Amino acid sequence: MIPGSFDYHAPSSLDEAIKLLDDLGDDAKILAGGHSLIPMMKLRLVEPVHLVDINGLSDLNYIKEDGGFLCIGAMTRESTLETSELIASKYPILKDTSQVIADPLVRNLATVGGNLAHGDPANDHPATMVALDAEIVVHGPVGMLTGGKRTIFVDDFFVGPLTTALEENEILTEIKVPTPEGKFGAAYQKLERKVGDYAIAGVAAAIQFDGDTCSKAGIGLTNVGPTPVRASEAQDALVGTTVSQEDADKAGELAAAASQPVGDHRGSEEYKRAMVRILTSRAIMQAKERAEGGN
Amino acid sequence: MATQSITININGEGRTAEIEDRLLLVHFIRDNNGLTGTHIGCDTTHCGACTVLLDGTAVKSCTVFAVQANGREVTTIEGMEGDALHPLQEGFMEEHGLQCGFCTPGMIMSSKHLLDKNPEPTEEEIRWGISGNLCRCTGYQNIVKAVQYASNKLQESTREGGE
Repeated sequence: MIPGSFDYHAPSSLDEAIKLLDDLGDDAKILAGGHSLIPMMKLRLVEPVHLVDINGLSDLNYIKEDGGFLCIGAMTRESTLETSELIASKYPILKDTSQVIADPLVRNLATVGGNLAHGDPANDHPATMVALDAEIVVHGPVGMLTGGKRTIFVDDFFVGPLTTALEENEILTEIKVPTPEGKFGAAYQKLERKVGDYAIAGVAAAIQFDGDTCSKAGIGLTNVGPTPVRASEAQDALVGTTVSQEDADKAGELAAAASQPVGDHRGSEEYKRAMVRILTSRAIMQAKERAEGGN
Repeated sequence: MATQSITININGEGRTAEIEDRLLLVHFIRDNNGLTGTHIGCDTTHCGACTVLLDGTAVKSCTVFAVQANGREVTTIEGMEGDALHPLQEGFMEEHGLQCGFCTPGMIMSSKHLLDKNPEPTEEEIRWGISGNLCRCTGYQNIVKAVQYASNKLQESTREGGE
């Protein structure tokens, strides 16, 4: 399959990339890892007139802790996240997530920023970032009301299927995840038919404890709604509990009620709701185990 | 029609051509340069038959534009053989790691990247390592054995070289 014709641009700096996007308007698409965009172009689902390849922006490829946040550069490859020692030791939910995205060959090129900016509710990072209360940093032309840079809370970033809060002349540059303090654990559970498939359902859970009591909870759901779903009632139900198996099961029921799955070749609506219930319970118990020092 | 002149180093040889921006790397390899060892299977980023190394990293060449590889190094199955077969190629022969052979070039390139990063993978690591490559003949058992064969042989030669 051959994509439609386009003009290829390879800016070498962020400013240059933003200027190109600003000049070219909605005729342009950003090419990052390309593993969502190129297949869609081959199927002619999208036919951009211009491609702005940001793979040359090597300063957007980093994983570091800074000012109370884990900062992930948007061009960080999934395979880098998957094999990072910092991620494995301190943010294992991000390893859970990256290692179940597509397959190893795809992860060698696919980027964390692209996984979010594509706005696909079937992608895995969105739900995890919802559970972790992440912030999305985007850059646009200087002179806008925002002064060229703005930070968007993850819940406000996802607007609809394949639609985000990004303007056409903005680039997602960084993802900021609060660094855990005290007794905290988080986990991602994905059910897929086979390696490389999208989730039948996926659940990310993050639990903050104050002593033995849950003081804050985050729960995000993958591929059971038009955007990643925050299961607010399930979160609220956990706060104040010791997160027993019963508490986790109850939260699972609330998350299943909050999910909005559509029946398709991956399963019926009823089946998907049942899987959200089970996966939520499992993700919560795994998060608790990690908060207590386990894996 | 947007075109440009690019040069890609394929298997140690610079290959220059005037190409359309939309040309996929796999078509540059196969059609422009006649290196048909790299296969096109699904053409939808699933099967891994088109796997090549791009600056040493295994990628699906049906999902990279040729222009993105401008100035970079590509290794295909044709670049694996030196004076003798590469231990991976030998392993696929010795352990009957192929039947129809369609997936084999991709399997070997993925396995090459795996062994470069992790010279002594466990069986589970091998199975995860080739999970982006589909084989419809063998049930994977002998492919895993072929990679283990190559791992052992490469380790032996490293040890001999070190003595």
